[in-house]
Amino acid sequence: MLNIPCPWCGERDVNEFHCGGEAHIARPTGADTIDDAAWADYLFMRQNPKGRHYERWSHAHGCRRWFHIVRNTDSDQILAVYLMDEAPPDVPEPSS
Amino acid sequence: MKRQRYRLHSGGRIDRGDERSFSFNGRRYFGYAGDTLASALLANGVHFVGRSFKYHRPRGIFGSGAEEPNALVQLGAGARTDPNMRATTTALFEGLRAKSQNCWPALWFDIGGINDRLSGLLPAGFYYKTFMRPASLWKFYEKIIRNAAGLGRAPVDRDPDRYEHQYAHCDVLVVGAGPAGLAAARAAGATGARVIIADEQSEFGGTLLTENGRRVRIGGEAPDEWLNSISAELNDMPEVNMLPRTTAYGNYAHNFVGLMERITDHLPTEDAEGEVRQRLWKLRAKEIVLATGSLERPLVFAGNDRPGVMLAGAARDYVNRYGVSPGSRVVIFTNNDSAYAAALDMAEADIAVESVIDLRSEVEGDLPRRAREAGIPALQGYTVVATSGRHRVKGVSVMRMNDAGDGVTGPVRNLTCDCVAMSGGWNPAVHLFSQARGKLVFEPDRGIFVPGEPVQAIRSAGACNGAFSLSQCIAEGAETGLAAARVAGFEGEHASPTNVSEPADKPQTPVWRAPTDRKGARMFVDFQNDVTTKDLDLAVREGYHSIEHVKRYTTTGMGTDQGKTSNVNALAIVANALGAEIPAVGVTTFRAPYTPITFGAITGRHVGALFDPVRRTPIHEWHVERGAKFEDVGQWKRAWYYPRNGETMRQAVDREVKAARDGVGILDYSTLGKIDIRGPDAAEFLNRIYTNAWTKLGVGRCRYGLMLRDDGMVMDDGVTLRLAVDHFLMTTTTGNAASVLSWLEEWLQTEWPDLQVFCTSVTEQFATISICGPKARVLLTELAPDMTLSGDEFAHMSMQEGMVAGVAARVLRVSFTGEVGFEINVPARYGRAVWDAFMEAGEAHGITPYGTEAMHVLRAEKGFFIAGQESDGTVTPIDLGMEWIVNWTKGDFVGRRSLNRLDTVREDRKQLVGLITTDLETVLEEGAQIVAHVSDAPPMEMIGHVTSSYYSPNLGRSIALAMIRSGRSRMGETLYAPMPAGTIEVTVTKPVFFDEEGGRLNG
Ligand SMILES: [Zn+2]
Repeated sequence: MLNIPCPWCGERDVNEFHCGGEAHIARPTGADTIDDAAWADYLFMRQNPKGRHYERWSHAHGCRRWFHIVRNTDSDQILAVYLMDEAPPDVPEPSS
Repeated sequence: MKRQRYRLHSGGRIDRGDERSFSFNGRRYFGYAGDTLASALLANGVHFVGRSFKYHRPRGIFGSGAEEPNALVQLGAGARTDPNMRATTTALFEGLRAKSQNCWPALWFDIGGINDRLSGLLPAGFYYKTFMRPASLWKFYEKIIRNAAGLGRAPVDRDPDRYEHQYAHCDVLVVGAGPAGLAAARAAGATGARVIIADEQSEFGGTLLTENGRRVRIGGEAPDEWLNSISAELNDMPEVNMLPRTTAYGNYAHNFVGLMERITDHLPTEDAEGEVRQRLWKLRAKEIVLATGSLERPLVFAGNDRPGVMLAGAARDYVNRYGVSPGSRVVIFTNNDSAYAAALDMAEADIAVESVIDLRSEVEGDLPRRAREAGIPALQGYTVVATSGRHRVKGVSVMRMNDAGDGVTGPVRNLTCDCVAMSGGWNPAVHLFSQARGKLVFEPDRGIFVPGEPVQAIRSAGACNGAFSLSQCIAEGAETGLAAARVAGFEGEHASPTNVSEPADKPQTPVWRAPTDRKGARMFVDFQNDVTTKDLDLAVREGYHSIEHVKRYTTTGMGTDQGKTSNVNALAIVANALGAEIPAVGVTTFRAPYTPITFGAITGRHVGALFDPVRRTPIHEWHVERGAKFEDVGQWKRAWYYPRNGETMRQAVDREVKAARDGVGILDYSTLGKIDIRGPDAAEFLNRIYTNAWTKLGVGRCRYGLMLRDDGMVMDDGVTLRLAVDHFLMTTTTGNAASVLSWLEEWLQTEWPDLQVFCTSVTEQFATISICGPKARVLLTELAPDMTLSGDEFAHMSMQEGMVAGVAARVLRVSFTGEVGFEINVPARYGRAVWDAFMEAGEAHGITPYGTEAMHVLRAEKGFFIAGQESDGTVTPIDLGMEWIVNWTKGDFVGRRSLNRLDTVREDRKQLVGLITTDLETVLEEGAQIVAHVSDAPPMEMIGHVTSSYYSPNLGRSIALAMIRSGRSRMGETLYAPMPAGTIEVTVTKPVFFDEEGGRLNG
C-alpha cells in the first residue's frame, strides 16, 4: 500500500490514485507519415524495469490532477515527484 | 475421572477460582480462566488432539502459541464455526466446543490412517507423479484427493457476526509487547510520540509471562513486578495506545501495517452479543519497531512426531504460565542451554525429569550447571535414536554420538517417559521484517537468519534481531524506541539502563539432523504437511536445487502455519544434501498474513446493502411503486421492465416495445452520463476526441459522436449538445460516465495542456426523461404549450429550452429507437414531478413506461450498437460499418492513425452483421459462437459470436446482431450456431431490421 505524495494534496493512500504507467511516451505528431512499427512502438511498447521508473499518476479520488513520480519498482521507494509540465529530474539509478 | 489431573498445585497466571467447562470431541472437561484450549486439554492429560494432513498420523499439542502446526481444531458450531483454529492461541471460555480435524470417522479410529501404512508409496511429489496420467482420470482422482485433504470445514451459513475496519496513523508502531517491545514503547512514549503497541496475546509481557523470577531480576524486581510497573507507565501515557489480542499480520509497502484485533473471540457467544467480533486496523506508521521475539526450532530426529513430543519452551510455558504438567515423566532433548530452564522449572514443580539428552558433548552454561546442582540427570554427547508409543510417546532410545558427530556408537539405552520436551535452538521471528522486503542475513555460527538492511522505516529489537538475552532485549528495545521517536520528529534522552540479572547463556550450536541407527526411521521436518527428511533428500536427488522449488514439490513450509517451526530446518537439510551453504540455497519469502485472518475481518462492513454503493435515479421510487423489475447497470439500479397482471418478462417487454412504436413510450434515462465541457478550446478538443468534426456545429444543435482509444478501438459513444460557442454538454453511456470523464481529463492534462477546457460531471444534476413514438410530439405539446415542436421548426438533433410541466427544461430532439423522440432534461429534484406530469397527461394517449430491456430491443431493431456489447475493446468503427462517422480530412484525432494499421485494415476482421434464424421463435443465445461448417463435436472453427439477441414483436420474429469474420461479404450466407441442444441455422443480413430508410424519425 503505497503512500503517495500528491503535489497538490500531500500524502495520501494509494487507493485514492490511478496509475497511468510509464511517463514521457511522446505521441508522434504527423502520424500519417510514420510507419506502423513506430506507431506500434508508441502504442504498445513499455519498459518494465527493476529499479528506477518514471511514471504517471492521477489523484483520481482527490484533486484529479495528473503528475509524475520516479519510483524504485524494487523497493517501492518514491525517489521524486514532479508536475506534468516539468522536465524529468535526473535521478540516479538506485543500487539494489 | 479426577478433574484436571495434570494441573499443578500452585503457580501459573490462571484464576483457579474461575472454573470453566468445555467440550472436546464431545467429551466434557474443565479448565480455568486464563487457560488456552491447549493448556486446559493438557491439564486433563489430553495430548493427542488431531491427525496429520497426509498420513493421518496421531499428533499432539506441539507448541504454545502461533507456531503450532498440529493442534488445529474446529471451533464452535453452525454459522459460528471456525476451522483451523490453533488450540494454543484459543482462549478458554465457558461452554467452548471444539473438535479434531483431519480424521474420519473419529480421532481414535481414522480410516485415512491407512496412508501412514502406505507411506512408502507416498513420497514427495506423489500426487504430481501418480495422478497426472492419464489426464482423463484426473477428474476422478481429484474428487477423492480433495475429500481426503482439507483442514476443517467452512461454515455453511451466513456469518452472523459483525466486523469493522479502522484506519489509523501513528508515529511509532511497536509490534510485540515482550520485554523489548515494552521497553521500546516506553522510550518512544516518553518523548510524547503517538505510539501504538500491539501484541497477539491477551496479556502483555511475552516471555516474561513464563519467567517465574527464581533466576531473573529486572531492575531489582521480579519479572511480573517489572511488567506491572511498565504496563502502568504506558497506560498513563495519553498518546500510547495498547492493543492486546491484536496480531500485526501484514507489513506492506510504505509502512502500511495490517492488524487484526480479536475483540470477542475469548468470550462465550452470549457475552459477545451485539459487539464487534474483530477489528481490522489499517495503520500507517511513520516508524516501525519490530519486537516480535523468536520461535523455537524443533529437533529433527527419528520418531519426533508422536503426541507428547513438544517444544521445550512450550512445555515450560505450560508449567510456569498455566500451572500444567505436560507429563508425569519428561525427557528433555536439546542442543542448547535454554531447555535446561524447562528442566529446572519442571523439577521445581515436582515433575519427574527422566533425563536431559544433550547433543553437545561440552556443556558449560549457567543453566546446565544449575541443573547438575539440582541433581537433574543429563546425558551429554547423546542423541535420541527412536521413540515408541502410538497415541502418546511411551519411551525413547538414546545412544552416544560418535566423535565425528555424524553417527551413533555404543549401547542403546531405553528411557521411559510420557513427554519429550525438545529444543533445537531459537529462530528470530523475522516474518514482518521480511514481508516488508528487508533482506535477511544468515549467521552460520548460531544457525539463524537475522534482519539485515531494512527497505522501509523499520527497526528490529530483541530476540527478533538475534539478541536473545533479557538484558539485550530491554536495552535494545529502549534504544530502538527512542531512535524511532526521534526520527519521527520527537525529542528525548536516553533513560538510565535497566539492570538485569539472569543466567549467562551459551550460544546455540545448530544440529540439523540427529543421527540414528534405525534404518528407514522417519524424521519429520514439517509436521503439518508430513514432510520428512526423506522427502527432502528425494527432492534434491530428483534435481530440485532451489528452496522455492523444494517447497512446492514437497509442500514443506506450506499450510496454515506457513512453516513457522519447519522452514529453517528444511532449508539447512536441503543445503546439506546439496553440499551447499545455507544462504546459497536461499530462504523462502515470508508472506502475509503472519497467522490466518478471517474473511469476516477482511470484508468488514462491506456486506449486504453496504457491499457496493447503489445509485438510484430521482424517479426510482415510481418504478418501485409500479412493480418494476430492476437490473444493475454499473452501480445504477435501472428499471428493466414493468410486468402487469402476472405478465411474463417476454409478454411485458413485447407490450412495451410495441407501445413505443405504435403510441408513446416513456423511459427514465437519468443514468445517462453527462459531462459539462467548457472553455475557448472546447470545440477543438471535441474535434480531437471524437472521430467526426465539431467546430462547425451550431449552437443549440446536437451531434452523435464516437470516441476511440488511441489504438483505434471504439470506447464510447453518445450525443453531445452545443450550448454556446465555448460550452458543450456531452452524454456518455451509463456505465462509462466516470471512465470517459477521466479519459477527457487525461488528454487535457497530459497531452494537450495548452487547450483551455474544463470538464465537470453533471450526471446527477439532471433527471432525463425520454419519450418516443408517433404520439410523443402531441403529448409534449400538451405539457410544453410555449414550445414550438413541429417537425419543421424543431428538427431532429436540435435543442430547445423552455417550460415543461411548469419546470425549466432543456429538450433535445434525439432518438435511440428510430421513432420521433424527445429527451427532457430537468434539474434532478424536479425529475419525479415532471415524470408524474407526463404519466398523467399521457394516460389519454396510452403512455407506456418501458425499461432497459425494451430499449435494447428497440435499438437492436434499428441496428444501433451498444458500447460494451457489440464492441468489446477490439472493434473499430469500420468493423461496426460506421466509416461514415470517421472524418479523414479534419486532421488528427485520437485513434486515427491506428485505423490504418496493418491489423485494422484486414478484410477478414470481425464485422457487425444481423442474423436471422430460420425458425421465427428461436432466440439465439448472446455469446453463442458462430461457425460456417458444423462437425459432430468440437472443435469447430469459430468465425464470430452473437452480441445481441431478442424477440422483436414489431417484426414478429427473433433478431440478432453478431460480429462475424468478413461479415459484410457474407450477406445471405447460411451459418450455424452449434448449441448443446442442437445446431441452429442462421442467415446473415444487414444489421438493421426495421425502417431501414429512417422515415419514422421524421414522422
Ligand atoms: Zn491531489
